[in-house]
Amino acid sequence: MEKRVTFHDRWLPYILVAPQIIITIVFFFWPSGQAVWQSLLIEDSFGGNSKFVWFENFHALFRDDAYFASARLTVAFSALVATIGLGFSLLLAVMADRIIRGATVYKTFLVWPYAVAPAVAGVLWGFLFNPSAGVVAWLLRGVGIDFNYVSNGDQALLLVVIAAVWNQVSYNFLFFLAGLQSIPKSLIEAAAIDGAGPGRRFWDIVFPLLSPTGFFLLVVNIIYAFFGTFGVVDALTKGGPGQSTSILVYKVYNDGFRGQDLGGSAAQSVILMVVVILLTVVQFRFIERRVHY
Amino acid sequence: MVENRPFVTVLSHLVLIFGVVIVAFPLWMTFVASTHDQTTMLRAPVPLLPGSHMIENYRQVLFEGFGRGYSGVPIWVTLMNSMIMAVGVALGKIAISIISAFAIVYFRFPLRRTFFWAIFVTLMLPVEVRIVPTYGVVATLGMLDTYPGLIVPLIASATATFLFRQFFLSVPDELAEAARVDGASPMRFFWDILLPMSRTTIAALFVIQFIYGWNQYLWPLLITTKEGFYTVVMTVSRQANAVDAVPSWNLLMAMAMLAMLPPVLVVVFMQRQFVRGLVETEK
Repeated sequence: MEKRVTFHDRWLPYILVAPQIIITIVFFFWPSGQAVWQSLLIEDSFGGNSKFVWFENFHALFRDDAYFASARLTVAFSALVATIGLGFSLLLAVMADRIIRGATVYKTFLVWPYAVAPAVAGVLWGFLFNPSAGVVAWLLRGVGIDFNYVSNGDQALLLVVIAAVWNQVSYNFLFFLAGLQSIPKSLIEAAAIDGAGPGRRFWDIVFPLLSPTGFFLLVVNIIYAFFGTFGVVDALTKGGPGQSTSILVYKVYNDGFRGQDLGGSAAQSVILMVVVILLTVVQFRFIERRVHY
Repeated sequence: MVENRPFVTVLSHLVLIFGVVIVAFPLWMTFVASTHDQTTMLRAPVPLLPGSHMIENYRQVLFEGFGRGYSGVPIWVTLMNSMIMAVGVALGKIAISIISAFAIVYFRFPLRRTFFWAIFVTLMLPVEVRIVPTYGVVATLGMLDTYPGLIVPLIASATATFLFRQFFLSVPDELAEAARVDGASPMRFFWDILLPMSRTTIAALFVIQFIYGWNQYLWPLLITTKEGFYTVVMTVSRQANAVDAVPSWNLLMAMAMLAMLPPVLVVVFMQRQFVRGLVETEK
């Protein structure tokens, strides 16, 4: 779409886009280019001297079991975050869509977790499940479950998933609710007149019509689980115990800043960039399609 | 609702109440913990109802920090830093996006498409994936431990630019035409017509970007080394990792409450703008 009426000025448009473009070049393109360049270098341990090694860093990554473990972990983690998060918020949205009285009150009580920083969400859930001071850990001990996310890797992962899902529930809920409210009531009424009960109406009418929203949210949640959960992980587990919650984005940071393996970290960055680009393309192709609906 | 089924309605309310309780439980426990003294919080089971130490806990974290032996800055300093960062990021994003969208929509000039795509691809590069080299760039520019270093690298915004572009495209051409006929300059048109018309879009964006800026974690963690520049979110997380050594859960949770309060209040009281901003930025 283009404007029919435009203004004419030789320099003004360049001045207007300049701030955005300069910041984009300095803080996006320059570092991204450096990441690509650095991923092809190996720095010797004394610093300063670096050697161009083509794809050696990538080769090393692909030979590294720890990297594959982290990649598998990330896939499992995002699958859990997406399915639990979408399931829980869909349930709440369907219920909120049904009721007439009090819907706004419920909405207010469900949207605020979006405003909580992922790192703070991690601290909150860490407190609830803290082995010595946490009330949930205490309750679980009461029923015979020894919950200690500090030493048990699976429990640590579970806790990170819970905190990450909690942080994202509001977002999913709002989009599902908007999707539900845009479904024409006449369709549902017609089905009801034909004798379909609430369950039948949901599966045969609402669910298929909601699938574009669902698919969109799936992609958003995967992107969130891949990149947005850094704060949750860092505040809760620091990737541990061992490597059991060290998802890819955490590993980039850890190898780059703690391990000082710049080449390896840059290679990981480049791989992650490719992943984001693919996911974004999927998301946008889908949105293009949604326009035609 | 299509038909009246009291049972299903009651069930809906029950499910929603259950959901609200689960979602609100961490907040409640955090609040409760922030109102007790240290020894109560160390005795299992921890209390489920508020205690009587609220004012002194909050006064201590706000003005003294975490306590003796800890190099904690008072939380009001970190709250102020977070506020500067969040407002700076939100206003910065809005300012540079609205003018670049204005240029892209209302002018024809060489490289217009190139600029548009250059802005677009930034969507694909979250800070987290290019963290090490971006740190390098900011260090080279001497922006570590400065407010511009906290704010400027985060203010490029493809979503805000698109949102304004979308909005400008929906503005009737007659307005620009009338402005031109009356001999108004482009900037005059921008200030007197376009900007006032964009108020609701700006408000919606401000809410979303304020929360985004306030909740930044990795970025301030990397580029601040002086405590005077710490933001509240990173301070809470740092202290949480020390809490098992000196277990002042009450103080930590008071800090967490203060870290959550501003963005949560913004979302709750500006819910309309918030929902609008959330939905529109995803279009």
